[in-house]
Amino acid sequence: MRLETTDALNRLRDESQRLIEVRAQARIEPWEQQMGSIPEDSGAEKAESIPECSGVEKTESIPGGVGVEDTESVPQNAGEKNKEEVEDQDKDKDKDKDREEPAPEGAGGAAPEERAKREMTVLVCGGTGCQASDSEEIIARMRKELAARQMQDRVRVVKTGCFGFCEKGPIMEIHPDDVFYIEVSPDDVPAIVEEHLIQGRYLERLLYVNPVNGERLERNLPFYHRQLRIALRHCGLIAPEDVKEYIALGGYQALAKALFQMKPSEVIAEIRASGLRGRGGGGFSTGLKWELMSRAEGGQRYIICNADEGDPGAFMDRSILEGDPNSVLEGMALAGYAVGATHGFIYIRAEYPLAVHRLQTAIRQATGYGLLGERILGSDFCFGIEIKYGAGAFVCGEETALIHSIEGGRGEPSVKPPYPAQEGLWGKPTCVNNVETLANVPIIIERGADWYAEIGTEKSKGTKVFALAGKVNNVGLVEVPMGTTLREIIFDIGGGVKKGKRFKAAQTGGPSGGCIPAQCLDTPIDYESLLGIGSMMGSGGLIVLDEDDCMVNVAKFYLEFTVDESCGRCTACRVGTKRLHEILSRITEGKGELEDLDRLTELGGIIKDASLCGLGQSAPNPVLSTLKYFRDEYVAHIVERHCPAGVCEALARYTITEKCIGCTVCAKNCPVSCIAGSPKKQHVIDQERCIRCGTCQAKCPVDAIVRK
Amino acid sequence: MSQSEPGQMTQQAEIPDGGVNRQFALLDEFVASLPYKKENLIAILHRAQEIFGSLPEEVQMHIAYLLDIPAAKVYGVVSFYSFFTMKARGRHVVNVCTGTACFVRGAAKIQLEVEKQLGIKTGETTEDGLFTLESLRCVGACGLAPVLVIDGKVYGKVEVGQVKEILGEYREK
Ligand SMILES: Cc1cc2nc3c(=O)[nH]c(=O)nc-3n(C[C@H](O)[C@H](O)[C@H](O)COP(=O)(O)O)c2cc1C
Ligand code: SF4
Ligand code: SF4
Ligand code: SF4
Ligand code: FES
Ligand code: FES
Repeated sequence: MRLETTDALNRLRDESQRLIEVRAQARIEPWEQQMGSIPEDSGAEKAESIPECSGVEKTESIPGGVGVEDTESVPQNAGEKNKEEVEDQDKDKDKDKDREEPAPEGAGGAAPEERAKREMTVLVCGGTGCQASDSEEIIARMRKELAARQMQDRVRVVKTGCFGFCEKGPIMEIHPDDVFYIEVSPDDVPAIVEEHLIQGRYLERLLYVNPVNGERLERNLPFYHRQLRIALRHCGLIAPEDVKEYIALGGYQALAKALFQMKPSEVIAEIRASGLRGRGGGGFSTGLKWELMSRAEGGQRYIICNADEGDPGAFMDRSILEGDPNSVLEGMALAGYAVGATHGFIYIRAEYPLAVHRLQTAIRQATGYGLLGERILGSDFCFGIEIKYGAGAFVCGEETALIHSIEGGRGEPSVKPPYPAQEGLWGKPTCVNNVETLANVPIIIERGADWYAEIGTEKSKGTKVFALAGKVNNVGLVEVPMGTTLREIIFDIGGGVKKGKRFKAAQTGGPSGGCIPAQCLDTPIDYESLLGIGSMMGSGGLIVLDEDDCMVNVAKFYLEFTVDESCGRCTACRVGTKRLHEILSRITEGKGELEDLDRLTELGGIIKDASLCGLGQSAPNPVLSTLKYFRDEYVAHIVERHCPAGVCEALARYTITEKCIGCTVCAKNCPVSCIAGSPKKQHVIDQERCIRCGTCQAKCPVDAIVRK
Repeated sequence: MSQSEPGQMTQQAEIPDGGVNRQFALLDEFVASLPYKKENLIAILHRAQEIFGSLPEEVQMHIAYLLDIPAAKVYGVVSFYSFFTMKARGRHVVNVCTGTACFVRGAAKIQLEVEKQLGIKTGETTEDGLFTLESLRCVGACGLAPVLVIDGKVYGKVEVGQVKEILGEYREK
């Protein structure tokens, strides 16, 4: 059924309300409520003054044990709202009331006959993370159980995208009760149906336990307190495989508004005024890019959505595509309208089957409704979208390389200028934008630039999505206003470092970024401040490292990656990264010399200067930033022949602690007989003779031997 | 739209009646269905790898012939992208995730253990043709790191001790 007018779109929106009705009472505009609770202090004033951490000279002063004890700081500002938003606040209060009351007695505990009629919706996370832990089976079991009890008509089971709280997946949320279950297994399904859906009793054991006070939480998890989900506004809320749910929540209204009420130049002006900057790493003003495009000569022009997501520890763009593909399609159509393009491509890795599938579904459905394709919504504007597949090459994320790859060739970057906006795909002006950038576009057009520009810092507006991973308690997908500090992300949202270990560094920007030490945790995040401390925003990978991580080894890991991924065009990048990697390998093997540190710095500088594309230009960052903040670790490897984190095989030390009960097992098994001690007494390892085979550690019955 | 659905990362597509001719026929059919050809080289290679399991020389030559482009160009593209392989893969493809999140949670140890259990290095195939071991970077399940993927199924929070058992399931299949 093609929608020929805005009215038709509105009718479909109204008809589709029933799909989301049950959810609407609880969660439809959660981020709007949050708008009032953005921490006041996260704003611009702080952004200007980058803390001491940025100076090379100051690296000695590493404060010990930063932040581990910090976890009590659950943000209290859930209720603290901006004065200007009193109206909203009142609305919120009502909503809060509605939501909090029902728990024991209310909806859940309603009279049995009433319960038996209630319409309910069960949301189950269908993101990659949760699918890996059987969420598909949970859905299948749920449908089966419901059918067996003839409840399938009043209980909808909806497969959503990522909720963000991947650490505790699979996630399930039940509405209208607004109850959030974690770590659900397929075997829990009968109990959920029986107890919760039928009896109205919540399953305590599947609720999140707040580690701070042991309280079981049905909703409002601390993980979400400081988040502001704009790009992720629909992720974990709607069914990505049903465009009607997107439309019910106002989807494609921005496109309709642009087509019938705005000139292309007004769309561009709006995006420029919003301050939106590219989320693919560079941070170039999106509005400006569109304006340059619109001025380019020539008829045919293209929009490309860059969904390559090469950072090897990040999954933001993929999650947006999996959870809310239509917002990206709508963003592309808006971009097309603004710059006068009729054709768009999405460049995505073939290795992301789920995202590909959801995109294909979304394109098919949107085209079916006439929201893409010929004469959109009965206007004169035509815009079609085609998917193009990458084949696993990091450098293809770079826009010129990406264009060559779409043209069917080797994905090698070319010299800029000409920029793609001048001469891109098949020689035509081409606008390349990142997935997250595009996902922000519809909501900006819908709500206006002023609304968006309120959020964030002076130079970086809006929010940023991060894939928080590594040694952090709450691995997941988080979205925060620009200007939020790393400490807030890692400790308040992320719940701190795993196993109570000491925080060592945060890595942002993937292979192009750097490692940020503890003394920089209070830096408000935006494009400029991260560059200032030797890292970069990148596309949003954020990896937490703890005391057990060796920074030399981390740098080596990234260099291994760039050596692998360098396309080989420039000598500095191809050979230079190899040399950097060799030097790092030497150091981790205990064969380094102090001069190597100068060599790393010097070579790093050369590679930065002499490389053609961003891959080479940023490849030395992981080395240079670790050298800057963790020089002592490099020195320990070289001078003391010791890896302080105990990671580097050749430089680890095995020592026997006071836990030793003197059983003599280790001494008997040591191949070089370097362990001394008498029975029932603590044994000692002769470090000079130890060959670090690890046998003793494996054999000790009481785990008294540590490697450090 | 005649979009090629790229295959699950590793699986060879089910071919009803096996034979090589049938495989080439499938490929020809796909190429014929495309509105434009040369520009779709990468999509064609994806489909070909799905059909043949890998992209050996004769398949590359055939594609060059179909598109009327130099074989060197086809080879240039195949060798550029890590997803394409010229060697036939084993029955089961084992992938250790070596993305950053898995790296910091001990992926290297898992990789060593898989190599030990299978008696091959990453990038190789066992002699009996049962397993090919590869590595990939971030499957998007970082919360479950370290991650092991076999034939597209993701195993999360893998411990060194479990590797043998997990592989065992596939030895019998
Ligand atoms: C080596 C390299 C890899 C890149 N990878 C990506 C990527 O995976 N995703 C992305 O959106 N941009 C990536 N970029 C940035 C793109 O070149 C381009 O700037 C971006 O897609 C523009 O979109 P934006 O303005 O919306 O950020 C990469 C750049 C370089 C140099
Ligand atoms: S810098 Fe590296 S990746 Fe970029 S074009 Fe040069 S060789 Fe290729
Ligand atoms: S690591 Fe090996 S060589 Fe060293 S003390 Fe233990 S058993 Fe002996
Ligand atoms: S095996 Fe362990 S407990 Fe026994 S002597 Fe050695 S260190 Fe002590
Ligand atoms: S994949 Fe389910 S919460 Fe992220
Ligand atoms: S790094 Fe392994 S799943 Fe993300």
